[in-house]
Amino acid sequence: MTAIDLSDFDVPGRGRGLLDVLRWRYLLKLIVRKGTATRYRNSVLGWTWSYVKPGVQFLVYFLVMGVVLGLNRGIENFPVYLFSGIVAVNLFNEAFGNATTSIVENSSLVRKIYLPRELFPIAAIIVALIHFMPQLAVLLFVCILVGWTPSLLGLGAALLGVLLVLSIALGVGMFFAGINVRYRDAQNFVEIIRMVSVWSSPVLYTWTLVEDVAPPWLVHVYMSNPITIAVELFHYGFWAPTASETHGYPDQFFVHTMVAVGLCIFFLVVGQLVFRRFERTFAQDL
Amino acid sequence: MTAILPTTSTRPAIIVDHVSKRFLKRNTHSMKEAFISWTKGKKVKSDTFTALDDVSFQVGEGESVAVLGLNGSGKSTTLKLISGVLEPDGGRVFTRGRVAGLIEVGAGFHPELSGRENVYLNAAILGMEEKETQERFDDIVAFSEIGEFIDQEVKHYSSGMFMRLAFSVAIHVDLDVLLVDEVLSVGDAPFRAKCVSKIKELTERGVTMLVVSHSSETVKQLCHRGIVINRGKKIFDGDIDEAVAYLEN
Repeated sequence: MTAIDLSDFDVPGRGRGLLDVLRWRYLLKLIVRKGTATRYRNSVLGWTWSYVKPGVQFLVYFLVMGVVLGLNRGIENFPVYLFSGIVAVNLFNEAFGNATTSIVENSSLVRKIYLPRELFPIAAIIVALIHFMPQLAVLLFVCILVGWTPSLLGLGAALLGVLLVLSIALGVGMFFAGINVRYRDAQNFVEIIRMVSVWSSPVLYTWTLVEDVAPPWLVHVYMSNPITIAVELFHYGFWAPTASETHGYPDQFFVHTMVAVGLCIFFLVVGQLVFRRFERTFAQDL
Repeated sequence: MTAILPTTSTRPAIIVDHVSKRFLKRNTHSMKEAFISWTKGKKVKSDTFTALDDVSFQVGEGESVAVLGLNGSGKSTTLKLISGVLEPDGGRVFTRGRVAGLIEVGAGFHPELSGRENVYLNAAILGMEEKETQERFDDIVAFSEIGEFIDQEVKHYSSGMFMRLAFSVAIHVDLDVLLVDEVLSVGDAPFRAKCVSKIKELTERGVTMLVVSHSSETVKQLCHRGIVINRGKKIFDGDIDEAVAYLEN
């Protein structure tokens, strides 16, 4: 008797990670649609909330930071500066938070049917991107009111900012999504990161204030944060064209950007590896 | 890697080769609990529980095989290993062709979506493309007997309607290997009979089938071979009538 030729057999439950998502893009589309369709079910105002929430957040920061603390001195068009930074950080927070809880929230599926599990964090990030659109619309509206003229370079910068935010959110999101299945502590840790994110980037202040107090190496670390780069790229795309003079960029801004891109790729690889490590026991840990 | 010798007359579609599966039984769930247990001299570390112990079998193409055993014997674990939801701790599992499971039908249903949206979503979860689903949509709805309620939100369905629709989607998926786990308890007697005849139709078309069920009647209707598992070990593999008799003694 001859042994079985195993070449046309599959090993169940062994996917190719993120690459599998390409093959399952029809399902991805449906999962994303489910995420957006059910978000505001049974709410009277529905999508209005997507405008109201960032609006209130903006108003609070503007009144406290700009008016009470007087941080707007020296920054022309401070509201636009503030808002363009906030939307970048909001995108990160929403994408990162959604991705982290995506596996636990789809536990009924993960426990019963095998699918490439990367689908869930990716769908979570796409949903976050869709909910970013209303905020972007408000931002553009405000920009146009104060005399913003779009430039190709500026829009390219903003697009790069969005890509940086999404890829870092996916990388760390997958990392924590995998851990979160076994240790729910991850969720609390993620909350802390999200809380810090708005303060660790030049959203409510300018990067020059950091340079004034921090040693040079710390400024480099600060500036290499992908979120910081994204915020600065948003400033470049939306706020800078509306201001007659800006506080400029650090000399090595290009190097910082490259480091940030490298970090995003690094976190994507690590996130995927950790995710796959934990994936093997998802069904029994949930 | 040792070679695996065939044990079936046709080419196997499922190979389970010396598979073991252990689960962790945690005694404590937090640091605090662990500390208190430690001071009281209780067990802190987790125990392992062996759900499957060195199980081997093959299912040939076109065969329909039942996995029998008492509750907790490891039947469902076997199916989950074959569907890929769980990974074995020892041994290897292989499948050939498109595998789909009637395992806990309705797992992918979302109560806030309409029946129609859920059909598309669930079909995609089971591996169907948009076009295939569109082609079969009418058949799926007809089989489920849902009728005009298809555009209602699923949360307003009765549990019977829900299960019928979910089962109907699963049964219309194109597949080579079908895994069935206890879903034949769906709905009332006429619907159950319809399901059984639909599954028989699939086996006649050459679909390989692995069934887990407690109902010896259903199993005898659907399968010709039975594997009995007790406490994670395979104790019998042979003709279905003998297997059922073996289990009942």
